[in-house]
Amino acid sequence: MCLAVPTKIETIEGNRGTGVLAGNRIDILLDLVPEAKVDDWVLIHAGFAITLLDPEDAQATLDLLSEML
Amino acid sequence: MTRAVDTEIRRQCDRIDRLCRQVLESSGSAGPIQIMEVCGTHTMCIARSGLAGLLPDDLKLISGPGCPVCVTDQSYIDRAMHLALECKQRPIVATYGDMVRVPGSGGSLGEARAAGARVEVVYSADQAVELALDRGDTEVVFLAVGFETTAPGAAMAVLRARRENVPNFSLMTAQKFILPAMEALLSQDDVRIDGFLCPGHVSVILGWKAYEQIAEKYARPCVVAGFDAPQVLAAVEAILAQLVSGRAEATSVYPSVAAEGNRRAMELLDEVFVTSEASWRGLGVIPESGMELREAFGRFDAAVRFDLPDFPSREIPGCRCGDVICGRLHPTGCGLFGKQCTPRRAVGPCMVSSEGACAAAYKYGLHDRGPMQ
Amino acid sequence: MSDTTHIQLAHGGGGQLTTELIEQVILPALGGPQQAGALTDSAVLTSPGKRLALTTDSYVVHPLEFPGGDIGTLAICGTVNDLAVAGARPTAMTMALIISEGLDISLLKRIVESAGRTAAEVGVAVVTGDTKVVPGGALDGMMINTAGLGEVLDGANLGFNQVSTGDSVVLSGPLGEHGLAVMARRKGLRFSSDLLSDCASLSEPAAALVEALGGDLHFMRDPTRGGLAATLADLAEGSAHDIEIDEASIPVNPTALGAAEILGLDLLTVANEGKLVAVVAAEASDQAVEVLRKYQVARQAARIGHITGPAETGQPPLVEMITSIGGRRIVQMPYGEELPRIC
Repeated sequence: MCLAVPTKIETIEGNRGTGVLAGNRIDILLDLVPEAKVDDWVLIHAGFAITLLDPEDAQATLDLLSEML
Repeated sequence: MTRAVDTEIRRQCDRIDRLCRQVLESSGSAGPIQIMEVCGTHTMCIARSGLAGLLPDDLKLISGPGCPVCVTDQSYIDRAMHLALECKQRPIVATYGDMVRVPGSGGSLGEARAAGARVEVVYSADQAVELALDRGDTEVVFLAVGFETTAPGAAMAVLRARRENVPNFSLMTAQKFILPAMEALLSQDDVRIDGFLCPGHVSVILGWKAYEQIAEKYARPCVVAGFDAPQVLAAVEAILAQLVSGRAEATSVYPSVAAEGNRRAMELLDEVFVTSEASWRGLGVIPESGMELREAFGRFDAAVRFDLPDFPSREIPGCRCGDVICGRLHPTGCGLFGKQCTPRRAVGPCMVSSEGACAAAYKYGLHDRGPMQ
Repeated sequence: MSDTTHIQLAHGGGGQLTTELIEQVILPALGGPQQAGALTDSAVLTSPGKRLALTTDSYVVHPLEFPGGDIGTLAICGTVNDLAVAGARPTAMTMALIISEGLDISLLKRIVESAGRTAAEVGVAVVTGDTKVVPGGALDGMMINTAGLGEVLDGANLGFNQVSTGDSVVLSGPLGEHGLAVMARRKGLRFSSDLLSDCASLSEPAAALVEALGGDLHFMRDPTRGGLAATLADLAEGSAHDIEIDEASIPVNPTALGAAEILGLDLLTVANEGKLVAVVAAEASDQAVEVLRKYQVARQAARIGHITGPAETGQPPLVEMITSIGGRRIVQMPYGEELPRIC
């Protein structure tokens, strides 16, 4: 029920933004994380950000991802 | 190949092994210890990583009602099929990909599409609103299925449709809350559940403290985990540690989950939806477990807009999805598994859903070679 | 065969439904079950003194122009690659265009020029063709059908029956680049990517493998639709041998991995258009990797697994993967249409 991906916010325009992950960009809705700023890491699910991520945790997930495969 | 991740996994498994033995010794039970994961994404992650095979024999991970598509009653699919095939307005049925191949009593949405119905896969509820804006001359009905992680997106979509006066958007909700299902399972009493591996992203919304009501009332450890093997193992370890010391608490090993969750998301849900009873495949009707649109948003209710008939819930002969969903039966225990029921031609949703326990067992498990690990 | 009455999208996905459609509907009508070669990429024909490889393919890709290529380059490379994995150097090919009324001629021009450039680079001649136009709406844009003819290199002796216990499985590079790059350009998907399709000719690396390994090269295939998972499933089935692969050894493109995460796809099942799977004798494994790595398109080549033994009698052959955490799971033939998942 929970497929979600960490992405870094590249741009914000109102309640919309783009999240970037390893050279991929996805449009996201930011209504649930109104405090998010550019360069913040967020967890994306079904097109919207559900939480801010601690940059260290985001990096740890990414490291695990690339080490694992 | 000795890589850092391997060594750490091995250490975690060793600790789990020791803790298991401690639990069984101190309880005098023969085991096995049974931990239920209530999230389809956990089911998939566990199966895909081959993790179960690394755990001791006296520890079993049982999958529960964590796949929102699987717990959706077949009558909902029948209603969606009616929309797609019988409705004179010929609406576009906008749905997440997971729903397309789930069989109703008269086929699946994918088959309806092949027969000419307008079924489109969308990646978000917002995209369904965009679709409605794009095709002003056609009705668009969004199939809102999911748990607490996904429901806020549907709430946002409804609010947007109201804000922008989108006349041709509506939704059919089968969205559910996971906690009532966990309680229902424990009340059923026929499957021994020693602890719960709690969903990662549902908990981002709900907060890990939400499980305190289960931990305290039913004396079961509840630990929230993220979606990789080290996370699952850490949560299993935490559950076992609680069992050893006779504690039953709600905690989290997933840093992204706050105690109180995402308040804004919960507020949005409350603004748009009202809690209602809901029918769960395998669990029957559970009060306060579903979401219905509030009266103020009534015009976005597809059931009303299209005057949709009710469809009866029907048992599929031989299908054991209900038992699999409740953790009573392992997928390989179903007589149809791998024979009449395969991902290609699924009898029930557990085999066709991307998060279904049967799909995980079939896709990743050694189903033909003896008992599942 | 599924008892639905209509062709499903999944019938074209390169997975189980495709195989069934071919085996149960098409083959019985055209050639019967004795045509074992019908399920390989190229048919090898014998002419006095020569072995020829003949292949045919149709290209249906949307959008017609995608990052890293277009339907034109795809048609050339795809055809050449089917010959290459049969151990053949491409000699000539045909190209039939079926074009939708209303297609922009400047787009058509770009596509055929692109095909022409690629054909020249690869060294294959498009010697004959056909052009048809169908009324607008009958198809989306255009489709290309090709046939390719090649000469099988001396020393190439490839086939399912050559595969033996202990053989190594070698993969020429990271997975999923084509499928994901194309998907990124689909309308409605709020997703874009730096990924480029890996669409490329495998003619030279494949020929180099034949020349260097000779009889130690047992089998080759390019994992297109259905990805590596479908190729390994076919290999296991066709050779009646079990296969084991090691997840940690599979070369990875981090951007492809990220895209797969975002879309909820399994990289093993995503299409590639410039990758090669080779099954080689164990003792030739290192050499195979070395030979491949000399080529830009195969610079990340690696041994990813091995043939563990003949399939157990009465059991379907199994493809197993050692996961990155040291667990085990099977790799199943994909259903045919992998819907990006959401929840």
